[in-house]
Amino acid sequence: MKMVVVMMIMMVMAMVSEANMIEQTCKETPDFNLCVSLLDSDPRGSSADTSGLALILVDKIKGLATKTLKEINSLYKKRPELKQALDECSRRYNTILKADVPEAIEAISKGVPKFGEDGVIDAGVEAAVCEGEFKGKSPLTSLTKSMQKVSNVARAIVRMLL
Amino acid sequence: MASSDALLPISAREEDPLLSDGSRSDPNAETHGRRRPVKGLLAVTFGLFFIAFYVALIATHDGSRSNDVKFESDGTATTASRARLAGVSEKGNDQLWKLSGDRNTVAFSWNNSMLSWQRTAFHFQPEQNWMNDPNGPLFYKGWYHFFYQYNPNAAVWGDIVWGHAVSKDLIHWVHLPLAMVADQWYDANGVWTGSATFLEDGSIVMLYTGSTDKSVQVQNLAYPEDLNDPLLLKWVKFSGNPVLVPPPGILPKDFRDPTTAWKTSAGKWRITIGSKINRTGISLVYDTTDFKTYEKLDTLLHKVPNTGMWECVDFYPVSKTLVKGLDTSVNGPDVKHIVKASMDDTRIDHYAIGTYFDSNGTWIPDDPTIDVGISTSLRYDYGKFYASKTFYDQNKGRRILWGWIGESDSESADVQKGWSSLQGIPRTVVLDTKTGKNLVQWPVDEVKSLRLSSKKFNMEVGPGSLVKIDVGSAAQLDIEAEFEIKKESLDKILGDASVAAEAEEFSCQKSGGSTVRGALGPFGFSVLAHESLSEQTPVYFYVAKGKDSKLKTFFCTDSSRSSFANDVVKPVYGSSVPVLEGEKLTMRILVDHSIVEAFGQGGRACITSRVYPTKAIYGAAKLFLFNNAIDATITASFNVWQMNSAFIHPYSEEAVRALSRT
Repeated sequence: MKMVVVMMIMMVMAMVSEANMIEQTCKETPDFNLCVSLLDSDPRGSSADTSGLALILVDKIKGLATKTLKEINSLYKKRPELKQALDECSRRYNTILKADVPEAIEAISKGVPKFGEDGVIDAGVEAAVCEGEFKGKSPLTSLTKSMQKVSNVARAIVRMLL
Repeated sequence: MASSDALLPISAREEDPLLSDGSRSDPNAETHGRRRPVKGLLAVTFGLFFIAFYVALIATHDGSRSNDVKFESDGTATTASRARLAGVSEKGNDQLWKLSGDRNTVAFSWNNSMLSWQRTAFHFQPEQNWMNDPNGPLFYKGWYHFFYQYNPNAAVWGDIVWGHAVSKDLIHWVHLPLAMVADQWYDANGVWTGSATFLEDGSIVMLYTGSTDKSVQVQNLAYPEDLNDPLLLKWVKFSGNPVLVPPPGILPKDFRDPTTAWKTSAGKWRITIGSKINRTGISLVYDTTDFKTYEKLDTLLHKVPNTGMWECVDFYPVSKTLVKGLDTSVNGPDVKHIVKASMDDTRIDHYAIGTYFDSNGTWIPDDPTIDVGISTSLRYDYGKFYASKTFYDQNKGRRILWGWIGESDSESADVQKGWSSLQGIPRTVVLDTKTGKNLVQWPVDEVKSLRLSSKKFNMEVGPGSLVKIDVGSAAQLDIEAEFEIKKESLDKILGDASVAAEAEEFSCQKSGGSTVRGALGPFGFSVLAHESLSEQTPVYFYVAKGKDSKLKTFFCTDSSRSSFANDVVKPVYGSSVPVLEGEKLTMRILVDHSIVEAFGQGGRACITSRVYPTKAIYGAAKLFLFNNAIDATITASFNVWQMNSAFIHPYSEEAVRALSRT
């Protein structure tokens, strides 16, 4: 009986302390709420160390880039007048997927986080440039802004590994 | 924390009269509770559990239940820093968030013409892809060897192996096959940075960091397969690798970049390897007789709190009296020792001058207030320059410095142009025998062999003037200049109490760049400048009046208007530079397409910048001389040389065979 009580209390405390790791980490980023929602929504978040949390965010960058590329592709038909800007965005987001993300994953896993920082910063840069291509009338604003924000949070966590 | 606090008040509810049947006036309330002990305890425990669980859930989820990320509607990107971020100097990359111009500016795109112009004519770079740290530089049997961190697969960091090239003169290079690849378990995840040591019999050992198949950082030994091959094409890895693994107390990913070894007075070889313990940067010391087994010293070479991980540590002697290089093992009363480290946190190479104690392998700085890694401590270079490494050139008795110069553009551009990173022009390094407090660096003499036609100029430039310097093509230049502020101007300004003393507050980085006019500066050259000056890169002196009527001189490079592109980093770089009594102000500038290397006061302050003009390219790149001072007239005496290409030779089997016969 007492064992059951003790176990239940331990379970609660474990849950609370894992939640603490994510919270403590996210407090040191520029966007606490975003950081927590990204990490909590991932099943790996609850048992990850800082390196693991950084890799989860790189994964979110990857997912967001993939989603944005799909949107870019669908816009070619709907908004053919935007072709030039869409081409540039396509190039930029392909860089995120093919260069930034693999670089960040390799660097973070191997313990040379500064190259991971380069990769995640660049993801934000590419998104900002893509957004700028539309001269204020972007159909991708919410996606590019998301990428910049996720990039900021990811960067903050990667810096903790330095 | 709301959730853990919640456990405490809840436990008090065991005594909460509301949990019993509520008859407060009942004198038997206590006996009521005691009548159902086990059930009550169980109910209370479950209640405890569920409440704590619920509170924990709320505290962490903060109302967000879906798996999709939600974003604020205002959509602004924030670069607000906290904690550690706040303590670190803002990286140039942060400027990228504020795209130049408003939202309605012309959208920008790189085209192949702009990108192919960026490739340099006489700086070391591989034929394509990514490069980073210089590795194992050495001179052997008539050839200078250069190895480097290389990615054979992409224009970003990754899959790292050792590239290799040779040269007779440190300028004209021939690319060779890769020297080492990731073919062993102990370097499967990366053949990382290392250094060469010459043994007494003239043979060579190479120590390098491997990232093992489990991503542990270890040190490995390699040596040339055939010492009769002057090209040192093939390298053999010691069968007993790794020779060093992270020692107790050192994390498996904080152990890399072994140095060249030096002889101790006890006759052993000694090396040092950078690391960290929490936030203290340290350098570990090991002794060996055969480079296969090592003895770790209990003492550290040095440590400095709050500097973070020390990468690419370098340790070497400099003469106090002679302007020449010293072999790494030299020691004695006429010698000081330099400890240098690359700071992982800030991407800055810092060094300090100090004294080495061979008996216990320790070193102390001459001036602990500017100890290695402290933000105000000395730097080889005030611009883009990292992971640098020196070697002793026994051919000409020099100590030579290599430095990795990364890109300051977007990775998209690197992928599009197919390459990333350069090495700086190799520099000689000596102690400044005049000040005794800093090193002096200068491009190796051999770079002069690239000088073609030259033009000499001598002119007086009044305040607020701009002079176009007609030299023809202006993307490959070597400029040597001497400046003097006219005595009348100086006397007038020093004597004028209304001219404020600004030396204390001025800094290249924070004082607004070259358009901000002071009494005695800025003045210098504007390189890679468009006729219209819409794009330009000023390299200049800014002389500031100090409180005690003394002058303080600053040397800066302002890349803030170097390009219309909105995806490149455009900082103002620089530092104050010592100017001794009677000295004129001198600067040297090497311009080579997307790299500008500036040397102030004979190399007391050096600034490397990467610039990516979109208009000031090919024939449209011009050179200007300017004087933005409000009051001072300056005289400028200078030489401008056109620079030839170094024609760095791509790898080919015939070339290698031909070279082997020379």
